Amino acid sequence: MQISYTKRTLSNGLDVIVHEDHQLPMVAVNVWYHVGSKNERPGRTGFAHLFEHLMFEGSANHDHGYFPPLQRAGGLLNGSTNVDRTNYWEVVPTGALDLALWMESDRMGYLLPALTDQKFNNQRDVVLNERRQNYENRPYGLAGVAMSAAMYPPDHPYHWPTIGSAEDIRAARLDEVREFFQTYYHAGNASLSLAGDIETAQAFELAERYFGGLPAGPAVDRVRVDARLKESATLVLDDRVELPRLYISWHSPAMFAEGDAELDIVADVIAHGKTSRLYKSLVYERRIATDISAYQLSREMGGMFQVACTASAGIALPELNSAILGAIVELANGGLTSAEIERGVAQTEAQFIYRLQTIGGKGDQLNAYNTFAGNPGFFDADRQRYFDVTSRGAAAAVSRWLINAPSVSLSVVPKGRRDLALPGAAEVQVS
Amino acid sequence: MTVDRSRLPIPGEDRPFHFPRIVRRSLANGLELRAVRHRSVPVVSMVLLVPGGSSVDPDAAHGLVSMTAGLLDEGSRGQSALEIAERVARIGGDLDVEVGMDAVAIGLTTLDRFFESGLELVHEIVTAPNLANDDFNRIRNLRLERLAQMKDHAAAIAERAFARVLYGSHPYGHLSLGSEPALTAMTVDTVRAMHAALFTPAGATLVIVGDRSENQLLDRASAMFDPWRAAASTMTIDRAAGLTPPPATPLAALAVIHRPGAAQSELRIGHVCAARSTPDYSRLLVLNAILGGEFVSRLNLNLRESKGYTYGVRTGFNLRRGIGPFVMQTSVGTDVTGPAIHEALAEIHAIAADRLATGDEVGQAFASLSKGYPRGFETAGQVARSVAQLALHNLPDTYFEEFVPRLAQVTADDVSAAARQYLASAKMTTVIVGDLDKIHGSLAGLGLGPHHVMAAETQ
Repeated sequence: MQISYTKRTLSNGLDVIVHEDHQLPMVAVNVWYHVGSKNERPGRTGFAHLFEHLMFEGSANHDHGYFPPLQRAGGLLNGSTNVDRTNYWEVVPTGALDLALWMESDRMGYLLPALTDQKFNNQRDVVLNERRQNYENRPYGLAGVAMSAAMYPPDHPYHWPTIGSAEDIRAARLDEVREFFQTYYHAGNASLSLAGDIETAQAFELAERYFGGLPAGPAVDRVRVDARLKESATLVLDDRVELPRLYISWHSPAMFAEGDAELDIVADVIAHGKTSRLYKSLVYERRIATDISAYQLSREMGGMFQVACTASAGIALPELNSAILGAIVELANGGLTSAEIERGVAQTEAQFIYRLQTIGGKGDQLNAYNTFAGNPGFFDADRQRYFDVTSRGAAAAVSRWLINAPSVSLSVVPKGRRDLALPGAAEVQVS
Repeated sequence: MTVDRSRLPIPGEDRPFHFPRIVRRSLANGLELRAVRHRSVPVVSMVLLVPGGSSVDPDAAHGLVSMTAGLLDEGSRGQSALEIAERVARIGGDLDVEVGMDAVAIGLTTLDRFFESGLELVHEIVTAPNLANDDFNRIRNLRLERLAQMKDHAAAIAERAFARVLYGSHPYGHLSLGSEPALTAMTVDTVRAMHAALFTPAGATLVIVGDRSENQLLDRASAMFDPWRAAASTMTIDRAAGLTPPPATPLAALAVIHRPGAAQSELRIGHVCAARSTPDYSRLLVLNAILGGEFVSRLNLNLRESKGYTYGVRTGFNLRRGIGPFVMQTSVGTDVTGPAIHEALAEIHAIAADRLATGDEVGQAFASLSKGYPRGFETAGQVARSVAQLALHNLPDTYFEEFVPRLAQVTADDVSAAARQYLASAKMTTVIVGDLDKIHGSLAGLGLGPHHVMAAETQ
């Protein structure tokens, strides 16, 4: 399996990637801007995500909402932001491709003349509501915010959450937000993929027509800040929850770096599915936990490996902590079993193929590889990284990143139940 | 060639799309088979649909159907839950047991080369689950803990309370997960009896979608499922329990679940409404798109884009085999709770009274619902689920082809008539999960009468 594609770079620096798939009479248009919350500054957080909202509110030549014309054409559209990148996409009937490209190019080239105080203030309120709904009013919703803050020093770009701090969002000024747009949202810092019911030659012609005349924009300096934890930290957060949950995080390899695929497989072996080591031992056999999860969060500047485990009623977190750390020591000493490797390969293969089921998925994947690996055709090489994982390699990655390295433990406990937390935990305040 | 930026390009004609061709076969044991050839990636998806979801739970055993369905993949034919999980993992399978109010759906997606193993797995867990006491206790405890955790989740509390206020003791009045006392009182024997009564070939439908000839898909499925026989059960279930009419009036017009210090107010507004079999289904789809079904709907443009009260608001006609609800859902700032409810009720009222749907709105809704329709048939899993829905609601195999032509007939007058008939301001219930101390003052002005305070865990 492979995603066939053709890539060209326009004279303004915009990468254009085309993939043909005529199964459905639709085309997935996908734009990645290589900007995320890591490009923000302390005290001025949440801008990249705020733009994800403002980009739908109109541009100079279409100073109305972006949803009505595209939905009316049968399109599905949205955007998303994380620490490293922002994407904007629409899946439209083939006949509406010109419309989608017109609109995407208009907001790339001509957003700011249409950005008014009124739109800005309204979307700022919407984002504050989003923050309350998805973080503040949700059980364990602030744990991730507390964890990032503890893992990275205040001036590190992964210290703050992508949604930003409520205080910064309230204090954001329109001129600062404009400057942020001018710095990052332009052809030279973007990647456009067109996947679906389109001929390659025509796709490039359309891309040139709509985007070719837009300015390249200023060169963007890539953010590169190393982060290291000086020492381990043990923290506790009171929340409106019934059951306590323990989070343990370590710094880990960056995306595609050595050890990244190994730790991804290790996360599955520890906590994915009933046959995973910790589910089996803590949830299935000993029944001291209600759920367990682990993941290797691969990011551009450096990853984060995290295990999260919710205790059963009446169980205190130290018991879970020793079980989790014990499993990690076992992996460092004994590596993976052959059954675990076989399972990992089967699941990896399936997951890669499932991602190719939709044109939207393929378009996004091509842009991801282009943006982060500099090569839209990284699919096979990416999959090969997982097939190449060995027991010894996994053990080495665990030793290096999880055993001989400091970590942050965060106990989230019901209000008034500090006794369930890890001993000596320091209280954290998050809002 | 330069771009004319003085106006938006007008979309061209739609290219033709061929909807899935469904091939049927009936087995002697009563199981209905449906196969669709889907040419895409080498993946096979199957859905086994068994009618009778949480609405067939016995009165004293809410959660029994879900518990029974949840135990299917916890061990079968003498193999442990771990062994079953290992088999799923080795075929890269994505196994999913979904319990709705009207049906249980067991879905599996796997790679084409594992089709036969996947089929065998689904057959085995449905027809020969262990239903062992130890597994029962383990899963029950996990569910009791999940119920406890739901008490902290505003949206889950609101869902539960809304169903209760609208439906009372009607089979649609409880969530599939059940309640703490019912789960506590449950025994593995009742689970076994429910399994024998519910999982029978007669009435069930197996849908298989993959890149093989329909006959090959059907042959493999027939060979596997032909020997399936219903087991004797001590329990009698009524698969049509959901068809009983729901209460004419809700328990309260305004109900509040007090959550001190809540960062937002979670809202549900609606009333019991219609069954999926209503002849006005197409009209309701258009009405919903205009009122609150899409980003550009009246409610979202008002509450989010104009007022900034919320991150988003949605409405839906959740039509079922029996009478399902109309519901509006959103989460709003605590300080704007009263005004947000006022605006929402006013919008719902207006579309049936003084601001009827316009021709332009109907055109917009039609375009978006029809032009985007093929998108729902992109993956094998989507096709399998769509075909299973036809079986559940007894819709013809030509349904997908007829969908757009039917929708095209809906006029603005039809939408207004549907709004008057299906949206009744007088029956409307508002459920709020929020900080009562802070929102108390803004509730009186709504004209909804005194508010009724409910506990988070209503049985």
